[in-house]
Amino acid sequence: MVIDERKMRSLAARMAQAEVRGRSPWADARRRFFRNKAAMAGLMILVLVALFAIFGGQAAVWSNEELDFSVMGQVATMGAPSWSNGHYFGTDDLGRDLFARTVQGTQISLLVGIVGAGIAVIVGTLYGAVAGYVGGRTDQAMMRLVDILMSIPYMFVLILLLVMFGRSMSMLFLGIGLISWLDMARIVRGQTLSLKNREFIEAARATGVPTWRIITRHVVPNLLGVVAVYATLLVPLMILTESFISFLGLGVQEPLTSWGALISEGAGTMNYGTLWQLAFPLFFFVITLFGFFFVGDGLRDALDPKDR
Amino acid sequence: MTRPLLTVRDLRVSFPIRPSGAMPWTRSRLLRAVDGVDFTLPAGQTLGVVGESGCGKSTLARALIGLVPAKGRAEWIDGADLIGLSPRRMMAYRSQIQMIFQDPLASLNPRMTVGQIIAEPLATHRPDLPRAQIRDRVKAMMDRVGLLPSQINRYPHEFSGGQCQRIGIARALIVEPRLIICDEPVSALDVSIQAQVINLLMRLQADLGLSLIFIAHDLSVVRHISDRVMVLYLGKVMEIASSDDLYSNPQHPYTQALLSAVPVPDPSQDPAARIVPLRGELPSPTDPPSGCVFRTRCPRAAARCAAEVPVLAGSDHQTACHFPGPLTAQEIARARTVEAA
Repeated sequence: MVIDERKMRSLAARMAQAEVRGRSPWADARRRFFRNKAAMAGLMILVLVALFAIFGGQAAVWSNEELDFSVMGQVATMGAPSWSNGHYFGTDDLGRDLFARTVQGTQISLLVGIVGAGIAVIVGTLYGAVAGYVGGRTDQAMMRLVDILMSIPYMFVLILLLVMFGRSMSMLFLGIGLISWLDMARIVRGQTLSLKNREFIEAARATGVPTWRIITRHVVPNLLGVVAVYATLLVPLMILTESFISFLGLGVQEPLTSWGALISEGAGTMNYGTLWQLAFPLFFFVITLFGFFFVGDGLRDALDPKDR
Repeated sequence: MTRPLLTVRDLRVSFPIRPSGAMPWTRSRLLRAVDGVDFTLPAGQTLGVVGESGCGKSTLARALIGLVPAKGRAEWIDGADLIGLSPRRMMAYRSQIQMIFQDPLASLNPRMTVGQIIAEPLATHRPDLPRAQIRDRVKAMMDRVGLLPSQINRYPHEFSGGQCQRIGIARALIVEPRLIICDEPVSALDVSIQAQVINLLMRLQADLGLSLIFIAHDLSVVRHISDRVMVLYLGKVMEIASSDDLYSNPQHPYTQALLSAVPVPDPSQDPAARIVPLRGELPSPTDPPSGCVFRTRCPRAAARCAAEVPVLAGSDHQTACHFPGPLTAQEIARARTVEAA
C-alpha cells in the first residue's frame, strides 16, 4: 500500500506539472515566412495598398464623383498632378479627381480578387477534398463535371453573362466565382489522393471517425498549405481577369471603377499628354501583383521547406 | 473451455486488378491477398504473424479491422461476425479492436497536438464525456505509456520515433480495447527502442488483459512476445503452432527456410551450414501456383504438391504441407546446388 500511495502521489505530481506549449507546424511556417525578406517586402506592399484602399478616401480633397470645372476641357494643361489644387494624381478626362478614383478602383479590384479567391478556396477545397477522399464513382462524376466546366471558354461565358444579365458587381462575382474554383478543386483532389492512404487517415478510419470529421479534421488541415499558396496566386489572377473584362468595357459600371477600367481610360488618352491617367492606376496594379506573387512564393517556401 | 476472443474461419481478401488502359468491359483479374486464413485467438494471448513482404500480413490486419472488404467469418467472443457487419453495428466493435501502425510518425496527424490525437477515439466513441474528463484520461494514459503528461500540447514532430509509437499505443488504449492489432509496430525503430516498446506492450498486456495480434518480419521479436505464431506465405497459412514449438520444431519447409535465415549472434557458428536457400522470387498473387503455393520454391516439392492443395492439419501444431518434417541435410545440399546453378 505504501508503494501504491507513493506511486499515486508521483502520478498526481506529474499530472499537475505545467503543460508545455507545443510548436505547431503553423508556428514553424510563420517563423520561416517572417525571415523571408522578399515575402516580407511583398506583405508590406500589400498592407500599404490595403491601407490606401481603406483610408485613402479621407486624404482625398475631392470626392470621386465631383467634376472640377476649372480643369474641364483643358485637362492636358491644368489637370496634371499638383499639390496646390488637391488633385494629387491629377484628374481624368472629365475633370474627376484621379486620386479618389484610384482609391475607389483599388477597393473594387481588391474586393473582386479577394472574393473570387475566397469562393475558390471554400468551394474548391471542399469539392476537391470530398471527391478525392470518397473516391470511386463519386470522384469520377465530380471530376468529370469539373472537366466539362473547364472545357467551356470561360471568358466567353463571362462576357455572355454580363451582356445578358446586365453589368453589375454581383454578376461579376458570380461569373468569376463560377470559374475560379475549378483549378483549386483539381489541385486539392490530387493532394487528397496522396493524403488518403497515409496511416493517420487509416488510423482514424479504423477507429470509426465519421467521414465528414475525417475530411474536416484530418484531410483539410493538411491541405491548407497548398491551398494558401494557391489562393495568394489566385488573387492577382482574379484581379487580372476583372481588369481584362473592365478593359473590354464589360466590367464594373460607372460611377464605380476598378484598376482595369482606369487603365483602360488612361490608355485611351495616353497620346494626348495625360500620361498620369495611365501611370497611377498602373503603378498600383503592378505593385499589388508583385506583392501577391512575392507573398505566394514566400508562403510556398515557408509551408513546404522540403520542396526547395 | 472458454470461448476464444476471436475465431477466424476461411478469411479471404481479394482485390480486382485492372491492367492500365483496359477497356471498361475487360474482366479484371483477382489478386488474392489473403486466401483462406483460419486461426483462433484466446483472450489475453498474443498471436504472432510472420512472413515475407507481400504475403498478406498487413492485409489480414486491415481486413479484421474493416478497412478492406473481406469474405469469410471472424467471430468475436459474443458471437457476432465482424465481417460484413453494417458500419453502424461495426461501430460498437471498433472501440474493442484498435490498431498500432508501422510508421510511428506517419500514423499521427502532423497538424494535431498529442492530446487531440490520443483523445480522438475517445471523442468518437464516448461523445458524452465532458472535455475536462477526456483531458484527464488522456494525461493518465500518457503517463501509463511513459510519456510526460505535461507534453499534451506538443505536436508529433517534436517527439522521437519511440515516443511517437508510445503516442500511437496510448491512442489505441484510450478506449479500453480487448484486442490490439500491431502492424509491424517496431520495424521502424532502432533496436534499443524496439525493446522498450515491446516491453511496454507486454506490460500493458499483462495489466489490462489485452489480446494482441502482432505482425512482424523480425522473427526473434515475434518469438519474444507471442504465445502462438502463424506463418503466412502468399496469403495462405503455412504453419501455426505455439511459439516454442514452432521455433524449436518447425515442420513446414518454408518455416524452416525462414528460421534458418535469422541472423545468429555467434560468428563462430558457420551460418552457411544451416541456411536453406529459397530459389526464385515470390510468385505473383494474381497468378498463384496450383496445389501448394510454396511448391515452386520448395526443396521437397513433388508431383502431389502441384496437384493437390494441402490443408492445415494437426491439432495444436498445424501444418499445411503434404510432406511435413525437418529437412534432411541431403535436401538442403540439393537445394543449394540448384541455387548455385
